[in-house]
Amino acid sequence: MHTDTDITSNKEWDLIIRPKTRWFDLHLGDLWRYRDLTMLFVWRDFVSTYKQTILGPLWHLITPLLTTLIFTVIFNRIAEIPTDGLPPFLFYMCGLTAWNYFADCLNRTSGTFVTNASIFGKVYFPRLTVPVSVIISNLVKFAIQFLLFVSFMIYFGVRGSQIHPNLFILLTPYLLIVMAAIGLGVGIIVSSLTTRYRDLQVLVGFGVQLLMYATPIVYPLSTVSGKYRWLLIINPMTPVIESFRYAFLGNGTFSVMHLLYSTGATLFVLFLGILLFNHIEKTFMDTV
Amino acid sequence: MNDIVIQVDNVSKYYRLGVIGTGTLSHDLNRWWAMLRGRPDPTLRVDQAQKKANDNYIWALKDVSFEVKQGEVLGIIGRNGAGKSTLLKILSRVTAPTTGECRVKGRIASLLEIGTGFHPDLTGRENIFLNGAILGMTKEEIRKKFDEIVAFSEVEKYIDTPVKRYSSGMYVRLAFAVAAHLEPEIIIIDEVLAVGDAAFQQKCLGKMRDVAEGGRTVLFVSHNMAAISRLCSKVLLLHKGTTYGYGNTEKIVDEYMIIDKTKGLSWNRTSPYPDKPHIRNIRICNSDGSPCLAPTSSSQFGVEIEFYTPGISPKLSLGLAVHNRELSPIFSTSPIDCGINLPQQKGVYQTRVIFPEAIFMPKEFSLTVALYTPGGESYESLINVIAFVIEENMSLANVLQSGRWGDLQILCDWKPINKIG
Repeated sequence: MHTDTDITSNKEWDLIIRPKTRWFDLHLGDLWRYRDLTMLFVWRDFVSTYKQTILGPLWHLITPLLTTLIFTVIFNRIAEIPTDGLPPFLFYMCGLTAWNYFADCLNRTSGTFVTNASIFGKVYFPRLTVPVSVIISNLVKFAIQFLLFVSFMIYFGVRGSQIHPNLFILLTPYLLIVMAAIGLGVGIIVSSLTTRYRDLQVLVGFGVQLLMYATPIVYPLSTVSGKYRWLLIINPMTPVIESFRYAFLGNGTFSVMHLLYSTGATLFVLFLGILLFNHIEKTFMDTV
Repeated sequence: MNDIVIQVDNVSKYYRLGVIGTGTLSHDLNRWWAMLRGRPDPTLRVDQAQKKANDNYIWALKDVSFEVKQGEVLGIIGRNGAGKSTLLKILSRVTAPTTGECRVKGRIASLLEIGTGFHPDLTGRENIFLNGAILGMTKEEIRKKFDEIVAFSEVEKYIDTPVKRYSSGMYVRLAFAVAAHLEPEIIIIDEVLAVGDAAFQQKCLGKMRDVAEGGRTVLFVSHNMAAISRLCSKVLLLHKGTTYGYGNTEKIVDEYMIIDKTKGLSWNRTSPYPDKPHIRNIRICNSDGSPCLAPTSSSQFGVEIEFYTPGISPKLSLGLAVHNRELSPIFSTSPIDCGINLPQQKGVYQTRVIFPEAIFMPKEFSLTVALYTPGGESYESLINVIAFVIEENMSLANVLQSGRWGDLQILCDWKPINKIG
């Protein structure tokens, strides 16, 4: 009799607060219900970053330009690493533009819990809105850097460099989504773990830099052979960067298999991230 | 079927005390390593295991159960650390309970703090949208309510100015206005009324009453018994994490006054702030200054007050008022009454006031202590800071068999009775 009433009464309650939800209860529907909030966060980021600055968005141009120049000098001129026969400047800029988006997503989402502890401690809303909004607002920065890259592409193209943009450019949104998803996935895993182990946050900045060298940004995948090639292949960012480069510059290692693997790995990481994030979100106020 | 909208069922929450974070990685790695080798947890020594568990964990809430009906305004009271905030945090889903379950019908909005998520660089208009969304409104709902919110906050003129240029009063008014216009079925409020000037506070109280009368369910946490008595139909009294009383307002507020005596007959400021006159210490004492643990209806006792002044030019005054259990002041006193002025040099001072012998009836009383400059600034106003209960002893109070009226017992001078007819 008791169970009977339980079943009927469960239906009429809108919300049941329990010690711990089951691991697979992701309540992603909540995230959709709060989509207005997500967009407002994006817009807050945008307004607060560019209000009262004149050079504001220009900074997004200066950093990739300088980094590309430095890479060209060090890795091409001094170390003489080949660039798949592409103009070195474009080669680096292409990789960096894509990489920066991923790195920003990861860096900025990895502090979600710690930096938002004061808001999270006061009011409930689906915590995922915050990292998701970060992913979206980073698109602005990506768009600016992407335009810079495209203008250089056109400039080099007009000057007669050997670049062959092709139809694979249509894959760009897909590649962006994959990058955003890995960045988000890893970022929220880190942010969940940092609620217990603060040291991780320090590691992230450094780790992202190291990871860049384990991704074909300053060298093409084709130059790597032998026993360490597998290390690059299992990095889900490798196919994304290589495809991106192949689509825009016409040279690189493009493989559907690699891309499918990358997508699978991304989905796995993202799923794991959301699981952990949802699990931590319930109790992090007690440990943060 | 029934009109219960919140059902809290045996909810408990425990916290681990002390610093969590540093060192936990090595701690956890050690434990995993030990587990892998099948050894006992190295971080717990056998003899200490039990003790440690008791020392490091605290039950902030223990087996709390209650129900709230549709349209009820439930007050939640209790001393600091009684578990009120923990309960609200669980209900607003900021943290999860350790055991137990809460069932809720309808949307909950919680105002544990107003102005959550306000961004200083955004304008008032932009912050209304952001804050509203954080509190659970959709853009459309906010747009509909926008004019009403602005009108309530009284900041129409500055609505397109970044809130960092607002005065603190304007900021708070805007924040409250957003919160007050939420339209969830259940609203949780934690002492947000302690904001703004008196007129705005009245407006807030009025708004809350409207909310309550509009059929919405309100959970209201406060230390302000007057506000609780005015607004709430039922009260939950928490004490050390457990339900101490639950029922109609009048009865529970009385109970609160009684357990409040266990507060100890002293008060300490834990974090003194420099540069402004402030009270550091208040305690009930005997006439010789020794601590008084149980004032009785026949004894003489007083209050010792320790205060700090940075040495200010206008004259500083100290005032003390005694309230009865209904919290109405019954009398007040000040050093000026005895021709004593407060020192004007910087320093920490102590003074003592001794009440006339055996004037209190065996009832409950509380003290308010204030530090201010006459006609000027109020530096400190500790309302009902200490509550005490007078224990019954042979005194005037017992003389009359039928009992005696009033809060004070004052021996008055009766003249011999003359036969006149």
